[in-house]
Amino acid sequence: MAVQNTAMAEEVKLFGAWGSPYSRRVEMALELKGVPFEYIEENVSDDKLKSPSLLKYNPIHKKVPVLQHNGKPILESQIILEYIDETWKSNPILLQDPHERAMARFWAKFIEEKCMPPVWKALLGSRDERGKAMEEVRECLKTLESVLNGKNFFGGETIGLLDIAANFIAFWLRVIQEVSGLEFLTAEECPLLIKWCDRANAIAEHLPVECMPALWKAGWIPAENEREKAVEEACECLKTLDSALNGRRFFEKDTVGFVDMSA
Amino acid sequence: MGEENKVILHGMWASPFSKRVELALKFKGIPFEYVEENLKNKRPELLQLNPVHKEIPVLVHNGKPIAESLVILEYIDETWMNSPRLLPQDPYKRARVRFWTSFVQQQLIETLLTVFETDGETQEKGVRDMLEKLQVLEEGIKEFFPDGNPCIDSNNIGLLDLVFSSVFSHYEIQEEVLGIKIINIEKIPLVCSWLTALNQLTLVKESIPPHDKLAAIFKFVREDALKSSSA
Repeated sequence: MAVQNTAMAEEVKLFGAWGSPYSRRVEMALELKGVPFEYIEENVSDDKLKSPSLLKYNPIHKKVPVLQHNGKPILESQIILEYIDETWKSNPILLQDPHERAMARFWAKFIEEKCMPPVWKALLGSRDERGKAMEEVRECLKTLESVLNGKNFFGGETIGLLDIAANFIAFWLRVIQEVSGLEFLTAEECPLLIKWCDRANAIAEHLPVECMPALWKAGWIPAENEREKAVEEACECLKTLDSALNGRRFFEKDTVGFVDMSA
Repeated sequence: MGEENKVILHGMWASPFSKRVELALKFKGIPFEYVEENLKNKRPELLQLNPVHKEIPVLVHNGKPIAESLVILEYIDETWMNSPRLLPQDPYKRARVRFWTSFVQQQLIETLLTVFETDGETQEKGVRDMLEKLQVLEEGIKEFFPDGNPCIDSNNIGLLDLVFSSVFSHYEIQEEVLGIKIINIEKIPLVCSWLTALNQLTLVKESIPPHDKLAAIFKFVREDALKSSSA
C-alpha cells in the first residue's frame, strides 16, 4: 500500500485484539484510507498478559485499541476514528457538513450506549433481564433501519464513520445470533439493515467467518459440556487458518482469549 | 431574529449537560432563544425533537434538532468558527481533549452520581473512586497546563473547560449537601487552580444558579434516589 498523504516516513502501530469490534473499527478505517500500519495482537484476557507498550500508552484504561502514530498514543475507538479522518484525508469517513457530522456522531453513540449493552444482557443476563433486553435490541435495530432510510450505507454512497461504528451489527451480531440462537435481526423488521450488513461485510476484510461461532462458543457460552468440544473445534479452525491470518497470535497455548470489551 | 440562522436551546436550569451548551453559545457570542423544559412532565414538542432519548439538551439550528451535549458542542464549534475554538486545530491535540472530556463525562459523572444517590458503604466506595479519579485527572491535565498555571479567558476556553465547569463549578454546594469534601486543594492543587480560574470568568459566574435553588434541587434528587432504592 502506498503512502499517499505525507512525504516523511510515518510510524503507525495498532495495538488490537482480534475479537474486539472496537479494535476492528480502527483497522477498517486504516485499510479504507490505505494507511500502512503494524498490527500488534494483544492478549486481553489478563492485564498481566498485556504488552508493556499497551500498558504504557493506555495506563488508565489498559484497553485496546490503541493507535500509535509517530510515537504518540491515541485512545478510544471513536476518538481514533476521528483522528484518522483528520490526519489522512483520502476516502473521508465523515462528510463536510456539520449537521451530517453531528448525525453520524449521534448515531455512533446510540449504537455504543443503547444497542450494544442489551445484546450482552440478552446473552448473559438473568432470566428476567433477558426478555426485556431482547426487546431493547430489536427496538434499536428498528431505529437504525429507519436511520439507514434506504441508502446503501449510513454514510451515503460510500462507507462512513457510522458504518464503521456499526461493525458490531454488521458482523458480530450475526455471529452471536448463530451461536446463541437468539434472533435479534430479522428480515421482517429490518430488511434494509440486513442488506446493509451484507454490503458492509463484503467491503471490509474480515476474519474468516467460519471460525467465529466456534471461537465464541469456546469463549462465551459457559456450559461445560459444550465448551471443551468448542475449544477443540476452534483450535482446529485456527490451525488451518494460520497462514491466511498472517501469523497473528490468536491464543496462548490452548486457551482462547476472552474478549475485553474496550473503549 | 430571522428564521435564517435561528438557534434555540431546549434545556434545564440545573442540568450540567444543558449548562455546557449554554456556556458554549454565550462564549462564542451566538444569539439564541432558551426554552426551559420540564423534565417531570415532558412536552410533546421535546419528545418530537429528541424521540430517541427524550432528554435535554436539544439544540435546534435552522429548524434541525441535534441532541447529546458533546455532539452539540462539536457541532457548534464546526458551524461557528469564531473564537474561542472549542477544539484545537492539531488532530493529536484534539484527540487528547476528546479523551479527557470523555473521562470527565463517563468516569467522573458516573461516580458523582453514585455518591449523590447512595449512602452507607456504596457511597463510601463511590467517594473513594471519585477521589482516585480526580487524582488521575490531576495528572492528566498537566499536559494542558505544563507550567502549572491554568490561564483561562473568554478567548481560549475550550471543550474540556466547559464540560468540567458544567459539572464542578458549583462543587461547594455539592459538598455542602453531601457533607463530604470532594475537591481537596492539598490532593489536587492543579484541578483546584483550574476550577478557580474557570469560576473567575464572568460568564461562568453568571451561569451558576442561585445557591439556595441549587442546594434544594440537589437535596431533593438525593432524597428521592435514597427513597426509591430503599423502597
